[in-house]
Formats: sequence, C-alpha cells, structure tokens
Amino acid sequence: MSQRHAATGFPDEPLVRAVNVTKAFHGTEVLKGIDMDVHRGEVVVLCGPSGSGKTTFLRCINQLETIDGGRIWVDGDLMGYEDRGGTLHRLTDKRMAAQRRDIGMCFQRFNLFPHKTVLENVIEAPMQVKGTSRPQAEAAARELLDQVGLGDKPSAYPAQLSGGQQQRVAIARALAMDPKLMLFDEPTSALDPELVGEVLKVMRDLATRGMTMIVVTHEMGFAREVADRVVFIDAGAVVEEGPPDQCLGNPQHQRTRAFLSRMRREEAAHARAVVQTVTGTADALGAVGGLDDESTPSPDEAAGRHPTT
Amino acid sequence: MTSTSPDRPGAIHARPVQHPWRWVALAVIAVVAGMIVSSFVTNERWNFPFAFEIMQQSPVVEGLWKGTIFGTIGAMVLGIGLGVVLAVMRLSANPVLRGVAFVYTWFFRAIPRYVLLVLLGTGLGFLYPGFDIGVPFGQQIAGAVGLESDLTFFTLDYNSISSTIWVGILGLGLSEAAYMAEIARAGILSVDRGQAEAAQALGMPPGKTMRRIVLPQAMRVIVPPTGNETIAMVKDTSLLAAVPVIVELFYQSYQFGQRTFQIMPGIVAATIWYLIVCSILMVGQSWLERYFGRGFGVVPTRTQQKLAEIEADH
Repeated sequence: MSQRHAATGFPDEPLVRAVNVTKAFHGTEVLKGIDMDVHRGEVVVLCGPSGSGKTTFLRCINQLETIDGGRIWVDGDLMGYEDRGGTLHRLTDKRMAAQRRDIGMCFQRFNLFPHKTVLENVIEAPMQVKGTSRPQAEAAARELLDQVGLGDKPSAYPAQLSGGQQQRVAIARALAMDPKLMLFDEPTSALDPELVGEVLKVMRDLATRGMTMIVVTHEMGFAREVADRVVFIDAGAVVEEGPPDQCLGNPQHQRTRAFLSRMRREEAAHARAVVQTVTGTADALGAVGGLDDESTPSPDEAAGRHPTT
Repeated sequence: MTSTSPDRPGAIHARPVQHPWRWVALAVIAVVAGMIVSSFVTNERWNFPFAFEIMQQSPVVEGLWKGTIFGTIGAMVLGIGLGVVLAVMRLSANPVLRGVAFVYTWFFRAIPRYVLLVLLGTGLGFLYPGFDIGVPFGQQIAGAVGLESDLTFFTLDYNSISSTIWVGILGLGLSEAAYMAEIARAGILSVDRGQAEAAQALGMPPGKTMRRIVLPQAMRVIVPPTGNETIAMVKDTSLLAAVPVIVELFYQSYQFGQRTFQIMPGIVAATIWYLIVCSILMVGQSWLERYFGRGFGVVPTRTQQKLAEIEADH
C-alpha cells in the first residue's frame, strides 16, 4: 500500500490521526486546523452546532471531501495522497477507492441503492469490490442482517422499509466490507423519534463488539452512554474534548455549555412529543421534565391544543 | 363499528355528478367516425384489399425486416451506446472529453438526417473512395523517406458498401447518439449524488459506480424518452432512400403502388405497417418502464405515460 506513518505498526498507535486539517468551500474556511487521534476500539462522538464542520471533517476522513491542508492517516495510510520524497501526489481514483474499502460509512439519508433489494444492497460491495463469491457474500449478508434485526427482509426493496430499517440495512451494508473503522454522519437525524432507538441499539451493539466508531450525532443520551470520548466542534475547530462525563457533564467552555443547554431543551421537547404520540394524553407530559423555554413551542401548542399544565 | 342508526350514518350511496356534455361529444364523434368509415367503404379509390395485398408482397416484407426493423435496431443500438458514452464524457472531469462530447452533440444536432444520409451515401464515396488503415500520414512519411511500402495495412473500398443498410445505420445512429446523449445526461443527473457517494464510501471505483449504481437508476428516467426515440427512428428509416438504400418499407411499398398504377394503396400499405410496428413498440416500452421503475413503487399509469409521450414529442 502507500506510505506508512512513521510511528505506526504498533497496536497502541491511533487508528485515525488527523493533524491540522483545513478545508474551505469557495473561500469560506469550514475546518480551521483540526487535530484528532482515534484509537482502536474507541467510540468518539463529534458534536456541535450545525454548520460547525463536524460532518465535513467526517467526510474528509474517507476522502469524500478533499482537504486543503494538514494530513489524515487511517491505519498508517495517508489518505488521498502519496508522499514521494516530500512532495504530495494526489492518488488516482482507483487507489483512493482501495483506501475507502476498509472504512464503513453511514449517511444521514441512508443512501441505500433503491433499485436493489436489501440483500443485493449488502452483497454489492463485497462481490464487486472484493470479488467475494455470491454464496459466500449472501451467507455473510444474511448473518449481518440478523445482527441488525432484519433477517426476515432480504428481498424487500428499500422503499418498502421504514427509515429506521433502512438505516439498519445501511449499517449492515457497510459492515459487509469488514471495515476497521465506521463513520456515522447523523445516522438518526432523518428518522421519526420513535425509530431512533432501534438504530442506536444496533450502534451500541457494534460499539460493544469493539468497533472503532466516529459518530456525528445530536443524540446526547447515546454519547453519554456509549462514547469513550466526546469532541465538541464549533466554527471549524475543536473547542473541547474529553470523556462524556466531563465534556457533557461539566463543560469548561461557554460555547459548549450554550450548545448543550440548547440540546437539552430540544431533547426534552422531543421526549414530550414522543410521550404524546405514544400515550396520546397530556397528563404524562408533566413526568418528563420542565419545559420552560419560551422560544420552543410546547408540544401542546404545536398540536393546536390548549395547554393543560 | 358497522351498526348504523340515524345519528351514526353508514355507507354512502350518493348520485354521481351528471355530465350531459360528454354525451353530446360522444354523439358528435360517433357521427364523424361513421362518416370516415363510410368513406373508407364507399370510396373505391382507397382499394383496401389491394393495400392488404401489397403489405404481403415479398419485396415489401423484406423492406420491412431488412430496412425498417433492422435499420431501427442497428441505429438505436449505435445511438444508445454512443449516446451513453457521450453523456458520461460530457459529465466527466476531463475537459478534453467534455469538449469532444459537446462538439459532437452540436454538430450532429445541427445536421438534418436526410442531408446526413445523402452526405454519407454519396459524398463520402466521392471524397474517400477507399479508406486506408495504417500508420497516420503513412503515405507522406513513406514518400519522404523513400520506402517501398506506404505503411498501409488494409484498405476498405467504401464504394462497395456506400449503398448498403450499414451506411444508413451509421448515419441514423450517429445522429441519434447526439439526442441520446442529452437524454442519458439528464438521466444521470437525476440520480441523487448520495448514491454515488455511498458507492464510493464502500470502495467502488468510479467506473463501477457509474455502471452498477448510477446508470441503472438513470434508466428509469432514460427509458421513456428512449422509447419515443425508437418509435421516431422507425419512422425515420423511411429516409434511408436518401443513402440510397432501397430495401426499405416505404420505398418498396410506394414503388409497388406506382408500378401497378395504384399509388394510394401503396402508401396505405406502408402506413398500416408503420402503425403495427409502432404499436408493438409502445407495448414493449411500457413493459421496460415497469422493469426499470422497480424499487421505486411507481407503476406509471396510462395517463402519466401519455403525458410523458406528448411532452417528449413536442
């Protein structure tokens, strides 16, 4: 393969090392020198306001976006470039594709192949990229579909599935390439609230099995429970990072605190909305917690009812 | 749940809205249709029995198969294949390929098919009676260096094929490719970018991403207008006489009518054949649309199909 990072080859070296990554879109700098190490088996949650650059950074890791400055290594491979005697040469599309094989990615909008069945979605890359035989790929795919709880849907088309089911197929599709790293780009934000749980459960299982994961999400509950480390990004730079207890429980930075309190309000509103759809009564709302923020319309108002609390 | 009472109304048995004007329109159309049919029967110049006979004459049937149908298939295969390649070139990151595709499309869209066929049939044979295949500028180089050979490996005598269906297919296919390129380009652009990204993220190289993921989805958008192009091509094969290729439905049918001093039945015979062939193609088109629409939950209704056709025809 290509250049090895000087200090890799040892198991305790980071799987992902990003150094001073910068990126601009049409002159607007969206990443302003991000440094990040992700170790094997670690689950890192990237959070931050929309437009902070966290999704862009995630897409830079597997070169869906090219970076303007800095370096990103994954498992010792310099992503997107080859260092020949101090000069960087852009990799050909083919070699870049080879680099991406071992990095799984899940998208906000799932991006399943709509013209293929669930099973065909999962076996596509192993067969086309790795050259796995069909029986072998299908056996592995069925196992993965069982793992994400969709063993009974191999011949369904994506359009026949709910959003949560589609995202779980997308996870199985990524896992079929046996990746050493999984990237999740807001995997639950396009889902109805009652479907979020099933996707998070699959991700939690994955983390338990020791998968290295980088997750962009607004699900603070997931971050607290599963993440080894939370990285708060704002305006294209890392503001704060640490274990979830510290970063979410006792944030040091004003910007982190502001973001978290906004998230907490939204979560409460979400929870109330879910409770309301489930129970259909306003009585249960009181149990979920105060909602004293004027700027967020209460679920009662949103539903056009008179507040009962 | 199903129990009904005055304050719990049950199933609705309402009177539909009346449409008196529909009956008026139906009456008018029935009268007009009756007049037309009556003229078919009473005006002996139509001479339908003879038209049916012409339809079955072996030169006419041969013209239908070897000229119209074979010509359509050949030109569409060439047109679709080259058109998709041109569309991919047009969307490529390589500026040279983009430029070539653009110039090609510009040139062949600006040339009328009839003129192109005359040009290929007559003009090329006059300009380049033989095509030499060898080292570029081989004759000049050989002349300058004083070689005995002129560095030509193979010579194709163009005049020997200039009046064959192959030249017709070449002309119609090259012209069709320019239109198909635009159709295929629209199809490729209609596929969500996330699809290519998902394939890329799985490690698929760009070529495979295009062939396995993007193009099959683009087909859903490409097929309906391609069906229209195919049907239009059936009709354009009547231009093959410009090459001149005479083993072709309309030419044969018309000539047969002329030779027997029955011009009208000759024309009618060709017309009926065109109606039959195009009707069969329309059935095939709707089948293809259902096939490529799988996974999208869209089975186009007759109305939608019709609208698409009307839109594409204008």
